[in-house]
Amino acid sequence: MGRNKIFTKIKKPFLWPACVVLFMALPLVVDSNYITSVLIVIGLYTIIVQGLGILMGYAGQVSFGHGGFFGLGGYAVAVLTTRYDWPPVLALLAAIALPGLVAAGIGRPALKLREFYLALGTMGFGILIHTMFNEAGKLTGGPSGIAGIPYLSTGGLVFDSDIKFFYLVWAVVLLVLFGINNLIRSRVGRALRAIRESEHAAETAGIDTGKLKLKAFIFSALLAGLAGGLYAFYVTFVSPAPFGFNASVQFVLMAVVGGLGTFFGPLLGATLVVLLGEFLRWAIPLVIPGAGGEYEIVFFGLILVLLMIYRPEGLGTLGKILTSPGKKKPGAAEAGIPGGGRGYEVN
Amino acid sequence: MHKSLRITGLTLLTTLLLIIGALAGGCASSQNNSGSAGQAKEQAGEPYQLGAVIDISGNSSSLGVPERDTLLMLVEKLNRAGGINGHPVELTILDNKSEETEAVLAVKKLIEKDVLAVLGCSSSGPSMAMVNIVQNAKVPMVSMAAASSIVEPVSERQWVFKTAQSDIVTVKKIITYLKAQGLTRVAFLSMNNTYGDGGKAAFTAAAEENGIEIVVEEKFEASDKDMTPQLTKVKASGAQAAVVWAIPPSASIITKNFRDMGLSIPLIHSHGVGNQKFIELAQGAAEGVILPIGKLAVASQIPDSDPQKKVLESYIADYQAKYNTLPNSFGGYAWDAFNLVVAAIEKAGPDRAAIRDELEKNTSGFVGISGVFNMSPADHNGLGVDSMVLVEVKDGKWQLLE
Repeated sequence: MGRNKIFTKIKKPFLWPACVVLFMALPLVVDSNYITSVLIVIGLYTIIVQGLGILMGYAGQVSFGHGGFFGLGGYAVAVLTTRYDWPPVLALLAAIALPGLVAAGIGRPALKLREFYLALGTMGFGILIHTMFNEAGKLTGGPSGIAGIPYLSTGGLVFDSDIKFFYLVWAVVLLVLFGINNLIRSRVGRALRAIRESEHAAETAGIDTGKLKLKAFIFSALLAGLAGGLYAFYVTFVSPAPFGFNASVQFVLMAVVGGLGTFFGPLLGATLVVLLGEFLRWAIPLVIPGAGGEYEIVFFGLILVLLMIYRPEGLGTLGKILTSPGKKKPGAAEAGIPGGGRGYEVN
Repeated sequence: MHKSLRITGLTLLTTLLLIIGALAGGCASSQNNSGSAGQAKEQAGEPYQLGAVIDISGNSSSLGVPERDTLLMLVEKLNRAGGINGHPVELTILDNKSEETEAVLAVKKLIEKDVLAVLGCSSSGPSMAMVNIVQNAKVPMVSMAAASSIVEPVSERQWVFKTAQSDIVTVKKIITYLKAQGLTRVAFLSMNNTYGDGGKAAFTAAAEENGIEIVVEEKFEASDKDMTPQLTKVKASGAQAAVVWAIPPSASIITKNFRDMGLSIPLIHSHGVGNQKFIELAQGAAEGVILPIGKLAVASQIPDSDPQKKVLESYIADYQAKYNTLPNSFGGYAWDAFNLVVAAIEKAGPDRAAIRDELEKNTSGFVGISGVFNMSPADHNGLGVDSMVLVEVKDGKWQLLE
């Protein structure tokens, strides 16, 4: 669904760098640790959802287990830096590699499952990893977790403040965006989309679907691990709680809200879900003092339902129409949606 | 058509799972009336800002909800009485949904709002996640969670305090009892989780120091339905008493098994069974069980000479009047955290560093719900063995032993 946009984007070579520069200046202008840390969290989630976006939006495979990969990255950093005194950069590399290896191991059998069975299979995996964090005794510190993770440092540079971490995380996000931009326009990207449209047709066309799906799965696990490692260095404390099933559901939610198979979908989805959560946390107690997160769920549910009705392709497609106002609005078929305007049929 | 159905199905599935998660976690919360923090605006002084990050929804909501209710009640009462030195208090309570990332963001938001101190969180994980942030921002924080690692080592946690008793306090209480009764050979049984492990570590160390021999050590899972195998070993070991570190329902089951096997040695539990649920689930088997407990549960029985008596009774009366139910120890932790901070601001004024110093150096003999607090540069919990009492279960009620 994100094909046209990339081409329109190239025609405006100065618009995007300008946006990036403006965005990067944001923490210096607003001078608020809170806003900076919200942006850091958005960045971390964006990294995961980018990978998940490739898996779900391009390869058409769902995963409810990415909270587990996120956690493997976080725990790799925590265990290696506190128990074995690894240098932080090496630990971060391990945080990327470990989930990748695990994904390679479980990927082949798991990806034989389709659709809802795959959802359940990956969900089981996520819960398994979460249970392991809880039960692995001294290694993971059990439910109490591991404290005292050092700051990420390389050479003389120590990422010990929110602003430094902001630049680190968003530099990574930009790199990932750049890489994915290239990937989806490559032969692999086209092959992945072919799998999403129809696995049988793709196989007939000579695409090794099993291998490609596995690659997409590993790629998304690597990114989740990277985000997990960065998370551990940022919070300097890990425990099993943030890596549970709820996290996995949240990542899928972000991917779906942002728009599956769109270039900016993951970024939009992560931003929207985090900002909305922060806004509601702040706004709800003003209306109902002492009220908690249970009201937020109602709002999130409502938004999802509205999105389903009015924009089932996710918000990423909204961006496409807005960024090219001079052009004629792309029809559904043009935007890569087979069976033109199917979203409205659902109604 | 097929694919649109799939995406629709996927979105529906996600929504469904979200809702299930919310129901599983958030049901325990109760409706509360709007005790607005800013009611006393007409007063002359500039309002003082305080913040709290509490596990109101999610896994620890059973802890967080009474804490929130207590805080709302206290801030309303304080402002009605004129606030702190004529300054009303504005308390901002944020929910962390029992999640660590959320706690990190919430506490940063509070620090931006220039709060003088942060109260929370309810459970150990989110509290630990906030420690590094308040240390860097130099904001006093008072946690209501149990793990002693929240405040230790104090040299790395200068800005962090906590109001819930650590395991070691409970252990000391039990050891004192064992020694007084001349029981030197004991069996130790614990559930296989953080709570059980913490108790086991503290008890093993303290037993060794006090010349008490642990003749048999057994574990069971929180979900186990029968602990007869473990108790058979206890019976064979010739232990003079059994100490069990668990929470209901497994604590109740092991108590039933214990009576069924006809064991007649004293059965001692931890404070983890300190709620009525334990007695109900044990169905009569709980009679005669001995355990240490906070004084709130036996407020009516402790002697009038006890310094905490008046504080406990007034908290119970206030809470009952407002919420029509009895307060529990979690609300008590919040009461202590709030009033410790208020007392510190009263003397030190609206300055974070001065409040921290005041909390650490001048909190001595502070009479709270969880006990009498004596903070020091080496102890940021400040509760001693006297913060708990031993009780025996009699006719389905807690009966004070001392």
